[in-house]
Amino acid sequence: MSALETTSPAQDDTRRRGPLAETLFSLMRSRTFLVGFAIVLFWVACALFGEHFAPYDPLADDIINALAPPSSEHWFGTDQIGRDVFSRVIVGSRDILTVAPLATVLATIAGTALGLLTGYFRGLVDDVVSRILEAFMAIPVVIVALLAIVALGTSKTTVIVVIGLSFAPIIARTVRSAVMAERELDYVAAAQLRHESAFHTMFVEILPNVIPPILVETTVRLGYAIFAVATLSFMGFGIQPPSPDWGLSISSNYGMIGGGFWWTVLFDALAIASLVIGVNLAADGVHGAFND
Amino acid sequence: MTEPAKAKNALELDDLSVAYRVNGRNRAVLRNLSLTIGQGEAYGLVGESGCGKSTVALTVVRYLPRNGSITGGAISLDGQDVMKLDGEALRRARAESVSMVYQDPGKALNPSIRIGRQLTEIFELAGISGKGAEDRAIAMLNRVRISDPAGVMQRYPHQLSGGMQQRVAIAMALANDPSMLILDEPTTGLDATVEAEVLDLIAQLRRELSASILFISHNLAVVSNMCDRVGVLYAGMLVEEGPTDVVFNDPRHPYTVALLRCLPRGGQRKDQGRLDTIPGFLPGIGAAIKGCAFADRCALADERCRTELPPLYDLSDQRGTRQSRCHYHDKAQALPRTTPSDGASAPKPATAPVLRVAGLNKTYASHGHALRAVKDVSLDLRPGETLGLVGESGSGKTTFARLLLGLVPPDDGGTIELEGKALAPKLANRGDDQVKAMQIVFQNPDSALNRSHSIRHILGRALKRLAGLSGKAQEARLEDLIRSVRLTDRHLAVKPRQLSGGLKQRVAIARAFAGDPRIVVCDEPTSALDVSVQAAILNLLADLQAKQDVSYIFISHDLGVVRYLSDNIAVLYLGRIMELGPSEEVFSGPHHPYTEALLSAVPKLDQTETARIRLDGEIPSATNPPPGCVFQTRCPRKIGPICEQQEPPLAEAQPGHSIRCHIPYSELAQLQKAAVTELA
Ligand SMILES: Nc1ncnc2c1ncn2[C@@H]1O[C@H](COP(=O)(O)OP(=O)(O)OP(=O)(O)O)[C@@H](O)[C@H]1O
Ligand code: SF4
Ligand code: SF4
Ligand SMILES: [Mg+2]
Repeated sequence: MSALETTSPAQDDTRRRGPLAETLFSLMRSRTFLVGFAIVLFWVACALFGEHFAPYDPLADDIINALAPPSSEHWFGTDQIGRDVFSRVIVGSRDILTVAPLATVLATIAGTALGLLTGYFRGLVDDVVSRILEAFMAIPVVIVALLAIVALGTSKTTVIVVIGLSFAPIIARTVRSAVMAERELDYVAAAQLRHESAFHTMFVEILPNVIPPILVETTVRLGYAIFAVATLSFMGFGIQPPSPDWGLSISSNYGMIGGGFWWTVLFDALAIASLVIGVNLAADGVHGAFND
Repeated sequence: MTEPAKAKNALELDDLSVAYRVNGRNRAVLRNLSLTIGQGEAYGLVGESGCGKSTVALTVVRYLPRNGSITGGAISLDGQDVMKLDGEALRRARAESVSMVYQDPGKALNPSIRIGRQLTEIFELAGISGKGAEDRAIAMLNRVRISDPAGVMQRYPHQLSGGMQQRVAIAMALANDPSMLILDEPTTGLDATVEAEVLDLIAQLRRELSASILFISHNLAVVSNMCDRVGVLYAGMLVEEGPTDVVFNDPRHPYTVALLRCLPRGGQRKDQGRLDTIPGFLPGIGAAIKGCAFADRCALADERCRTELPPLYDLSDQRGTRQSRCHYHDKAQALPRTTPSDGASAPKPATAPVLRVAGLNKTYASHGHALRAVKDVSLDLRPGETLGLVGESGSGKTTFARLLLGLVPPDDGGTIELEGKALAPKLANRGDDQVKAMQIVFQNPDSALNRSHSIRHILGRALKRLAGLSGKAQEARLEDLIRSVRLTDRHLAVKPRQLSGGLKQRVAIARAFAGDPRIVVCDEPTSALDVSVQAAILNLLADLQAKQDVSYIFISHDLGVVRYLSDNIAVLYLGRIMELGPSEEVFSGPHHPYTEALLSAVPKLDQTETARIRLDGEIPSATNPPPGCVFQTRCPRKIGPICEQQEPPLAEAQPGHSIRCHIPYSELAQLQKAAVTELA
């Protein structure tokens, strides 16, 4: 018997860790990611358990104490009808943290499917779909939102659908270029030489290899989605009262700034900013980990 | 041990140790390496991939990657201690006395800057500016024999062929008249003829420049042609060293012996027995080595080898200074074979062809021009037979393979018949049976195996689709399949990246064989592999063929490899078959002038100085092939205007042997015989 290469698969230990483990490892060493992740985690904890440690009921009014400035009793003051701003800020992350991630997930799923189709088939499919997507991307989100609200009525679902569909073409573009590069690799030719269906080739062969750019794009989009949700709420198209949502609170209180009641708006604004920054830092970290 | 040097040595490594830091630990890559290169000497460094050759080069120019460090020893260049230099002094030494040329010319050239600018920059750094720098740049390009240097100065790197890029890279390396030139696999990425050209250039420059050369290569034949002395590196240690011809003809270390045996030499063919292989792997970096580093893979190893590190035994004699790091250096050549030499494939009796190709054409549109990638190709392939496809890059080998497989559709008109039935031009329109009958082993396993899937998934899927097996039956067949390519269960759970190149290529071969194919196209299946691994893969292909009566279409630019495996050879040039015939006849001649040139371009181990037939100039563009015989612009045997006016037919010169040339067969025979006697 010829003893041929009786070997351990991993020849040297530089290669022992899998790609996923390697990425996780470098994520855990990225300060940017950890800081961003901590901020996001903080707000997620507030959304889940905020009720239990908020000092007041965020919806309970107290007209006598309306527009009280920050004090030891009301750390962030109270709003027009005397609700505790601190409690509202803590609990106010709940809606935005449901709507924005769901919208991003929708965008990712739709965008990935479109990107796979256009990148894989190229030719006519690509031309037609790409033109439609470009046209779609040229319309501002707000106008899409207005139209959708007229058609569907205001609700969280509307916001999710509007943001999801507006972001889908952007994700599709990223996926498409990754798929076009993969398509040139010989394993795709090998799949064709097994008479695999286009569906199998796209979703089983190619998709797993384009996950990294999709993940990066998704985290980046999440930051934009949060901002978009807050904007829509501020304009009254999104989350509806009596939710203590940040965007909504700013919208109903920003008239007060002129009267010097800055606290009714500032803390909500800071909350939005911190969440967006947190997500963006995490996205930077993810991007770095996949591109090392 | 070394004689006192008359002049200062160009390079001296003294007890050099280098380590890479991985996962917080320093891992030894070079271990107490000492070697000396004299003034004007060319020194070759050979060894398997990963033995530390490039690390030697990077250490000398002090360009180690960030995690690399010199952990001991000394380096001196021209008598100057390099390790004491730092900052400005180091930069000057680097700029003035050493230059390096890499395997990949892309590494040395900036893709977004014109060649001219990149060259003049070097002279400007040295204080020559304006017109002076430009003149020097043109002189440099002339020196590396680039025609139309002024035109080339205006171009970007991607507008040059691989061979020209490498010549420009060499020009840049020579710009400062270095006293030491380091070439790290300078021709590995190039075609045989381009390789020959670049090697000729380096040999000529050596005579003109008196620079010393450190020449790194895994190709023993190239080193044997280029170098005065050779060192064999194994696991970061020098295991054998001496004058090149002495080491290669009379090796005294079992590793050198084994490396030489891996090569198909002297026209060896599959029906004369299998190649020898080296079992096992190089120890990983940082591995603790007790005794002889080669002991795990050495058939001569005994207890002493495993415990006692062999010193470099001095074996100098009248043929020169040489040394070997083996306790049993006198017995090295008695190293038993690891692969029995029997197992020869018997020649096949003539049967009906399994594949018939007639009048196949492929035209691509390229910037509004028609590019005839494959022109009027007709040939037959019999069961159990190998057809070798050879030709320079751009000659249409891969396109032809893709046409057969249906991955690209041919022009209307030609026919491909598989077992008597016409094949649809498009893969999608072929029957499942037809698809599984013809499979391919790609050149690059990293591209061919899906990196997200486990080996079990990859092969399981192939069995399901190509053999229609699932469940228990699939499991059972999978066992057989991996055993037939000599993998084990342990390899099934892992992803491709966890396997070495040779193991990956076995998986690719297993996949191609999953559905009991009639024909397997092998597109440069061993070009990314070490000779030791290449030998194992070639043996495997020969064994599978003998057992399953499968036919191969075997594409390779390594003519020794093609000769080993092929029964018939087709020589392609600009998409046309220039010669087609039985392997032995094509190789031994009389052959087409193009084949003659290709063969003489191959560096051979057995003869050092060959009078090469040089192919001048680049392969013409396929969008605008020369009129008459397409080879006339480069043909050394061109007979006159007829070659420029009339395209010669592919005429049968002997039964089964056709040549496309105006020179009659008998005359070719005389011409080529005369050339051989002239040499002798
Ligand atoms: N920066 C690095 N960090 C860790 N290990 C490295 C690094 N660079 C190279 N190595 C390892 O060091 C060993 C020697 O590498 P080197 O590149 O010198 O080999 P080589 O002989 O030039 O191989 P090849 O023929 O493939 O070019 C290999 O095992 C390689 O994987
Ligand atoms: S010392 Fe022993 S193990 Fe090492 S090469 Fe010589 S015989 Fe083989
Ligand atoms: S036909 Fe003329 S140019 Fe062509 S190969 Fe023959 S001799 Fe050379
Ligand atoms: Mg190297």
